[in-house]
Amino acid sequence: MDPGLRRGDILWWWELGWSTREGGMVDADYALEARGIIKVFGNHVALDNVDFGLRAGEIHALLGENGAGKSTLIKILTGAYQPTTGQVLADGVPVALDNPQQAQKHGIGTVYQEVNLLPNRSVAENLFLGHQPTRFGLVDRRKMERDSRDILKRYGLDIDPASELGAHSVAVQQIVAIARAVELSGKVLILDEPTASLDRNEVERLFEIMRDLRAKGLAIVFITHFLDQVFAVADRVTILRNGKRIETRALDDVTRTDVVRLMLGKDVAFSGATGVQDARPLGEVLLDFRNYGRKRSVHPFTLSIHKGEVVGVAGLLGSGRTEMARIMFGADAADEGEVHFEGKPVSIARPTDAISKGFGFCPEDRKAEGIFGDLSVRENIIIALQGKLGWFSALNRDEQMEIAGKFGEAMDIRAASLDMPIKLLSGGNQQKVILSRWLATDPAFLILDEPTRGIDVGAHAEIVRTINRLRDEGLALVVISSELDEVVAYSSRIVVMRDREMVAELSGKDINPGVIVQAIANHKEGTAS
Amino acid sequence: MMRRILGQLANPQLLALAGVLLINWLLFPNFFRITWQDGRLFGSLIDVLNRGAPVAILAIGMVGVIATKGVDLSVGAVMAMAGAVAATLVVAGYPAPIAVAAALTVGLLCGLWNGFLVAVLDIQPIVATLVLMVAGRGIAQLITQGFIVTFNDPVLIFIGTGSFLGLPMAAVIAIVLLVIVTLLVRKTALGLFIEAVGVNRAAASLAGIRSRMLLLYVYGLSGLCAAIAGIIVAGDIRGADANNAGLWLELDAILAVVIGGTSLLGGRFSVPLAVVGAIIIQAMNTGILVSGFPPEFNLIVKAGLIFLVLIIQSPLAGRLFPARLRPVQEARK
Repeated sequence: MDPGLRRGDILWWWELGWSTREGGMVDADYALEARGIIKVFGNHVALDNVDFGLRAGEIHALLGENGAGKSTLIKILTGAYQPTTGQVLADGVPVALDNPQQAQKHGIGTVYQEVNLLPNRSVAENLFLGHQPTRFGLVDRRKMERDSRDILKRYGLDIDPASELGAHSVAVQQIVAIARAVELSGKVLILDEPTASLDRNEVERLFEIMRDLRAKGLAIVFITHFLDQVFAVADRVTILRNGKRIETRALDDVTRTDVVRLMLGKDVAFSGATGVQDARPLGEVLLDFRNYGRKRSVHPFTLSIHKGEVVGVAGLLGSGRTEMARIMFGADAADEGEVHFEGKPVSIARPTDAISKGFGFCPEDRKAEGIFGDLSVRENIIIALQGKLGWFSALNRDEQMEIAGKFGEAMDIRAASLDMPIKLLSGGNQQKVILSRWLATDPAFLILDEPTRGIDVGAHAEIVRTINRLRDEGLALVVISSELDEVVAYSSRIVVMRDREMVAELSGKDINPGVIVQAIANHKEGTAS
Repeated sequence: MMRRILGQLANPQLLALAGVLLINWLLFPNFFRITWQDGRLFGSLIDVLNRGAPVAILAIGMVGVIATKGVDLSVGAVMAMAGAVAATLVVAGYPAPIAVAAALTVGLLCGLWNGFLVAVLDIQPIVATLVLMVAGRGIAQLITQGFIVTFNDPVLIFIGTGSFLGLPMAAVIAIVLLVIVTLLVRKTALGLFIEAVGVNRAAASLAGIRSRMLLLYVYGLSGLCAAIAGIIVAGDIRGADANNAGLWLELDAILAVVIGGTSLLGGRFSVPLAVVGAIIIQAMNTGILVSGFPPEFNLIVKAGLIFLVLIIQSPLAGRLFPARLRPVQEARK
């Protein structure tokens, strides 16, 4: 069950000068093992004493929400990062993985979500790049292509090795990448979200290959957001949360609900917490989405949103939460269904359409899509209002100061000056600035995507307070959040997303973390298994 | 008030300009002598303004493009095209206003074409504008059919060599353009929008800024400015030289913008400081010329200047020197 040893134990053994192999309790089956890994970036602890053991001949799923530490752990196992403390062992022997080439020498190969091969070269060249068979010092193309054909056959691919890699589907490229990694490394295969851009049949084909490799004794790490896929193909699962290893379990021993609970960190067995809005009368309908959807992004959903209510959106990462928010705001255009605003059909094909009707959107990725890092706090606050006014009727500096000052105070934004660049503020204060940006436009409807992720406790409380206040003032809000306690507290309805589909709409007594976790975990027939 | 003005004067661009002028004066004591002849001013300083005007005008257009994280490599070629159009039309007997209007239209269309490639087709600006940089000069050569088209049209010649209130016409045009564009970006919200798109285009779109339209405007303005510079240069030599008009000037314009403190990574920009950058470059050119050094030194000195600017803007300098000494990153209102 426990794949490794406590860090203290290892230090103790070290001090006694014993080889770790003689510790006795080490599971000799581990093809690759990480012990007591701590990784610190600046003052942020990305991995906190994580143990991870990978057996030969198993598929081991690695699960966790954003920021849980999955990618940091993978980068340490593949030599891209060095741990601050802790050890990596291959076949029980400590190894120094200073760079990805060394990891490869120790038999560790990785395939990323985005295939990083050369699309403009042939399949054979991609398979053999860097170690082409040579004859008289020249590349022996014929042998390379002959060998490639053999390899491809083993992976069930009947394609011409001389053809250009880019001419094939992503799935085929993915398989070529796996073939290359296995041929080069041969012991450990790390698959980082390999199924993200594959359709159902392609996923199934990938699973067959994974099972096949498992039977040949390969140790496989499988990273994905899709629970169904984990249960379909993996043997064991390790769950990370906030940089800590929460649990490693055989999948036969756990239920989907257990896994979701462990990922979200909710002890929800019989949580009695329900929404406070049970008795609250809803205002009139502001927005009505009817079979609204976008291909390859989010399945059509039907949802009406009332004035003076918060609709919470729950679901795991990659479940379509953010995609739903984006088409509501017109950041991606819907290609199915219709939307009615105040009873009239409207078109929301781009953000400016949405903003002109009084919508606002705080995106999940604050840094990439929210803030203008080099611009001042003042400019960051007034920019949406200015966008609404148009370029010609500019707010002058005094007007800008007044607006920014007003919201700075109302939202308790802690900045030395409203003229300082926003990038110097803390995450929580940045989030308050972006909320202020929309409040300055006097909105009717706000979409908040993970508004409280990665911010300090004080800012967190301020934002939850603001959400409550806005609801009471009659705004309609959609709030996406992984913090179930929080969503439960302010939502009058909760929408649950799974596999890019709205699978449940909960209200009344059903608004409690237990029911939500159940709805997120619920297995649907016929999905990818 | 006084302190604020002094504070603004103490920015690195103006200090650099003062330094270059001082060196010029040491090398050539008559540098600051200005005389009045035939109703216009003469002297090395006036020369700097006159010769620097085309690059200053290009820089006025270029600074907006660079602020959006783009670059316009085609301006030199657009200058050649505009000059060729104007010259060919007056030679063919059209009145000068029509020739000028046609040349400006060509410049604007070229700019909008670049904007279309960048904003709508999402092509990287350096590649998108490279297309016209190469093709534009070819088109200019087709228009002039490979000859240097000379003309005697008084209006075009006046634009290139005339004077207004004693100042060379080219400098007057540059100053007027500087005032108009500065007011346009700072008295409206265009400047803020340009900076927002340059800093974070994704966030700008989500905040309701029509970044595509904005990019079209910005590249369009750059094309228009290039056409104006092209007409001036053609008027100056009384002919359109498709091979040499505006050759490599895009690089001078980019250098002027960078000296003016606008980062090639987009964001904060200042139109007046970009013009100061252009004047610094020209002051060096003129200084080397009048002090009797061989013009070959010009390129070496220019390279030295680029090196200096890069060092001042490097992250290392940011740690070594207080923020005040670095290129101004705050918009001026």
